[in-house]
Amino acid sequence: MSNPAISEQITQTVKSARTAAFKRWLPNLLMPIIGLAAFLMFWQMIAGSINTSLGTFPGPAQVASQFSNLVDEHQREAKRETAFYERQQLRNQAQLSKNPEAKVKIRPYTGKPTFFKQIVTSLYTVMTGFVIASLIAIPLGIVCGLSKPLYNAINPLIQIFKPISPLAWLPLVTMVVSAVYTSTDPLFAKSFITSAVTVALCCLWPTVINTIVGVANLDKDLQNVSRVLSLSPLNHIRRIVLPAAIPMIFTGLRLSLATGWMVLIAAEMLAQNPGLGKFIWDEFQNGSSNSLGRIMVAVIVIGLIGFALDRLMLALQKYVSWDKSADLR
Amino acid sequence: MSTAHLELTGVGISFPTDKGLFCALKDVNLKIAKGEFVSLIGHSGCGKSTVLNIVAGLYQATTGGVILDNREVNAPGPERAVVFQNHSLLPWLSCYQNIELAVRQVFKNSKSKTEMREWIEHNLDLVHMSHARHKRPSEISGGMKQRIGIARALAMQPKVLLMDEPFGALDALTRAHLQDSLMEIHADLGNTVIMITHDVDEAVLLSDRIIMMSNGPSATVGEILQVELPRPRERMALAHDSRYHEYRAAVLEFLYQKQHRPAA
Repeated sequence: MSNPAISEQITQTVKSARTAAFKRWLPNLLMPIIGLAAFLMFWQMIAGSINTSLGTFPGPAQVASQFSNLVDEHQREAKRETAFYERQQLRNQAQLSKNPEAKVKIRPYTGKPTFFKQIVTSLYTVMTGFVIASLIAIPLGIVCGLSKPLYNAINPLIQIFKPISPLAWLPLVTMVVSAVYTSTDPLFAKSFITSAVTVALCCLWPTVINTIVGVANLDKDLQNVSRVLSLSPLNHIRRIVLPAAIPMIFTGLRLSLATGWMVLIAAEMLAQNPGLGKFIWDEFQNGSSNSLGRIMVAVIVIGLIGFALDRLMLALQKYVSWDKSADLR
Repeated sequence: MSTAHLELTGVGISFPTDKGLFCALKDVNLKIAKGEFVSLIGHSGCGKSTVLNIVAGLYQATTGGVILDNREVNAPGPERAVVFQNHSLLPWLSCYQNIELAVRQVFKNSKSKTEMREWIEHNLDLVHMSHARHKRPSEISGGMKQRIGIARALAMQPKVLLMDEPFGALDALTRAHLQDSLMEIHADLGNTVIMITHDVDEAVLLSDRIIMMSNGPSATVGEILQVELPRPRERMALAHDSRYHEYRAAVLEFLYQKQHRPAA
């Protein structure tokens, strides 16, 4: 780099490349920030002028402070739980040293579940319901997409079941689960099963419908390739039908997961099953001056989790998809 | 005459429509010898593809039937491999895997894994596509895709190779290149080939016989032209060959005078 004329040119090129990159990123980064800022300002302005029986509607600042409260509560509760288990272990050890034959009991901690525990419960429940639904919906969709008579037989049922609200299913599911799931030492809580089944019932349909469409619209030429090769039905599905239908299956899965997440919150609220829905309902019943702020935290978290779940599915779709050039969004 | 390798007898097909049965093809009779290269030529809509699809077993003839090596054809199968007009490669598989799918299906009981791999590579070599074995169809040109389509069909070791306007979607230079490749392969392997084409030069250059089809409805075999040009044929040499021009003229005369299309 002894030649000043060349080094000058290089610096210029680097500079202009940086400016170009900055100009390209600016609208992508700046506009969302502006949108978010405008929303927060609007929220702050409106919030102060809404008076409820539980005080004024919380603005962004109150919600942020409630969020840190919830974090503190969770940490306090976690400490209490560890302390409980430590005490229990000491007690059990003492008992065992006195009498090695003694039957020691390990009791679970029964403190009130914190906000973050409710989040974990909800995520676990929605994923269980979603996986159950997908395991039924994808094979059902493939079979109905391949066979016109079967499609004609099942289509009316799909159309009738699809628009049913989760809240309508809930009482029936609750009663059926209590009647059928009668184990003395249940592996899963009944409330968990009820919520998961309700979620599954509601997020079955988008995947079924989209899988049927994806399978039924298989390219005629590819179908002929399969026929000329005389592929067995199983190989036909595995090698031709499934890869061809992957994009539509994922469209269905993403719709299903979004539906399932919405359904779950409603179901938890109505059935008082553990999860974010119950958290909201408890806060609403609690009716302290902090309640609205805490509910608002939950509302935002529900939105963020819904968004994250969709991104997760998108990432999975990008990983599974054979067409890496497709613009998935 | 001894029994033919492939024989179509009184083949006809009708499709149900709103206005009753539509007779697309009627009374097609054809005998094709082993190793023969036959072209079907005719105006679009004359049922060339329908004939090919019936031989492939993709359509069922309404009347008559097809016999291949003394056995009736009534379902598709790999011994009648098809090269489709728009290549029809599986877009999620690489070139190698596309051929592998066919090879695994046909030779699952008769070839070992190593033999299969060698056979796939041999067929890639045959169409000069070894360099692109790991590419997806979306990453290669139209001519290359059609080469892979041909390799996939050849890899099935078919008794009859059916080609449905294999070079129709390609530019003239690529087409000429592939025609030369196809002649080489045919000289090497001696497959029986039925090819559909729109292109008079292509038909004369490649075929032993040209089957000219009359216009539909109720299309059938119009005239048959025996092309007795010696093989191997050279595109450049034939350009000055008077017999080549006579054959060419005969086909053109059939297409544009005897079968003038009222509304093109």
